[in-house]
Amino acid sequence: MAQAASQAALYASTERLFARKKMFAFALPALVLVYLGYVVFAFDIPGLAERARMDNARTLLSDVWSYKTHVTQDNRSGELVVAIEGERRGTYAPGTEPEWVSVDPAGTVVDLGDGHSVRFLPGGGFAYDVPGFGLVEARMQGRAVVSNLEGEALPDWVSASRTRFQVETSHGRVSLTRNRTELFRYFPGWELFFFTIESPYHGHGLLEIAFGPRIDSERGNFAGAWEDFWGNGMWRHGDVAWALFETILMAFLGTFGAAIVALPLAFLSARNFAPLMALRFAMRRVFDFLRGVDGLIWTIVLSRAFGPGPMTGALAILLTDTGSFGKLFSEALENVDGKQIEGVASTGARPVLRYRFGVIPQITPVLISQVLYFFESNTRSATIIGAITGGGIGLLLTQAMITQKDWEEVSYYIVLIVLMVMAMDSLSGWLRRKLIRGA
Amino acid sequence: MMHTDPPFDTRAHYMALMARKRLYGGIVLAIFVALMVSGFMLANDRNAGGFWDGLPQIFDFPAAVLADTLPKLDRLPGHLLRYFPSLMETINIAAVSTLIGAGLAMLLSLLSTRGLARWPRLIPLFRRIMDIMRAVPEIVIALVLIFVLGGGPVPAMIAIAFHTAGALGKLFSEVNENADLKPVEGLQSVGGTWFQRMWLGVVPQVAPNYFSYALLRFEINIRASAILGFVGAGGIGYDLRNAMAWGQGRFDEAAAIFLLLFLTIVVFDQLSSHVRNAMIAKKGGH
Repeated sequence: MAQAASQAALYASTERLFARKKMFAFALPALVLVYLGYVVFAFDIPGLAERARMDNARTLLSDVWSYKTHVTQDNRSGELVVAIEGERRGTYAPGTEPEWVSVDPAGTVVDLGDGHSVRFLPGGGFAYDVPGFGLVEARMQGRAVVSNLEGEALPDWVSASRTRFQVETSHGRVSLTRNRTELFRYFPGWELFFFTIESPYHGHGLLEIAFGPRIDSERGNFAGAWEDFWGNGMWRHGDVAWALFETILMAFLGTFGAAIVALPLAFLSARNFAPLMALRFAMRRVFDFLRGVDGLIWTIVLSRAFGPGPMTGALAILLTDTGSFGKLFSEALENVDGKQIEGVASTGARPVLRYRFGVIPQITPVLISQVLYFFESNTRSATIIGAITGGGIGLLLTQAMITQKDWEEVSYYIVLIVLMVMAMDSLSGWLRRKLIRGA
Repeated sequence: MMHTDPPFDTRAHYMALMARKRLYGGIVLAIFVALMVSGFMLANDRNAGGFWDGLPQIFDFPAAVLADTLPKLDRLPGHLLRYFPSLMETINIAAVSTLIGAGLAMLLSLLSTRGLARWPRLIPLFRRIMDIMRAVPEIVIALVLIFVLGGGPVPAMIAIAFHTAGALGKLFSEVNENADLKPVEGLQSVGGTWFQRMWLGVVPQVAPNYFSYALLRFEINIRASAILGFVGAGGIGYDLRNAMAWGQGRFDEAAAIFLLLFLTIVVFDQLSSHVRNAMIAKKGGH
């Protein structure tokens, strides 16, 4: 009888437990879903589709893997310029245009490949022979743009107005405005990544530079090529490398500086080392304050005093991390084993020696692993802080983004940043294993 | 003929060992100090204002903020109230991105843990994916997405969630390594699918640890979402940038935002460390 009663009680309690588990299993995900539903409206995600600039996305994506060469004719002077990305440093000198552009004052002809061919009309205008469609011709008539498609239904790859006529096909884009006739032809890759057009090494392969005859009579091939590559005016490899170094420098100074500052302070806030409770309390609040103010505010405050640059970023990291390290180190100090300290004390060691040989060896592994972990994560923070305060690769990234056209540079920087962080991650992991095993 | 070792002087050997260890330690220390000093001087040279010139001015800006705020102290509660919705947005960005990131991290970590993975051959692939996600700083994705999607909370949310998935994924997979496989085998023996085995066999075991890591991440993400606001992704950071742009004499609004941000971070910092400590105490450590 008693057994049956206890069994019934057991069943009842099991059922209660199951009911609770069931509720948790459904209530928790339901809660999360409700919250996400609220956020969908709070963040106006339904309106996102309207605000999203898909044309921006397209430019971005096509820019990342391709570049365009501009062929521009000034309608008044008839002057023709062929330039990669339309940049001054990518401009072909007259007479050195690529073979798909045949310059002719009576009408330059541009071959876009696969039968697509565009003839520039003197005085403004173009005639585009589109395979499978026919000739599309546009020219200036007085101040207005007229075309041979006038009055017809325009295909969707042609856009026309009184002031502008544009044809965009899979092979390129041609547009006519009052002032100029412009053609873009797209090529895959990052052009001029190694050498700009001004450099004598442009268009020469690696083998040719390494083993071929001297290209520039004044410099050896290797030295000259390296000089022109490093000083590449469009990609600025030298500056980029320096910016990456600056970012790592910020993280290095900030992290290790913070560790040096935080260690003595941590002794003052550890229960078993600080004799005064008031002091301990005060130190803890200082750490909380340093952490609570956060890197963003420190960056703003410090950049007012020190101006933009890597020092400001390093100090911002230093201040924030002093708070974090102070807390972590003092926790580590509170967990040290008192026996080792006693052992050292029993040999008659002074307090400083007691700390040096009784405490420090115990906390070194925790200390090193925390500091190295922060070092890695601060490389990322330094990129972000650099974007705000103006230093390192973060600055280059924001600068390239502001122009809204150098997306190939942006993607180059992104790749470099990711590689840098991954390299720092492996370095810190390797050091951690090396040092902690040895300690 | 017996081979005899030369007499081995233990003491001399030990002293030599110690001397060498000390020498190595000294060299490492010297290199470290040299790196710190030269790094400091280099950073100082590259900075717009020098360290020693700037040091006396370090309190100028806080003083200016205080000088603007104190005479208008009565307006402070109004400012606090006005910026509270943006603060909520910042917190929401952090919360949603932590949720989404943790969900993704859970999936990725289960797919990349030996013994649990759905496709054991693809473990290295999923690990690399997590490494890359972890390595991408939030600002990179946020800035690109701001260009495409326009300013607002969504770019920040996606950016933070992406990074969170990688960062938590690594921690989660370390937790998964220690999970007991018996429930998984039990579920497999009754024909549970991979998803059921994970959801019912693994997740209940590791949920407390997941939660503790996610909480820590949430706190980090609040800071990140404030910073991303500063580069145009909505929330309180965006308001802070605008308030800073008004310049001297109108820093009282910036002061209100500083205060809100500071209090929020402190509150969540304390809350998360309290909850985590309580969980550890209940479980007896993990």
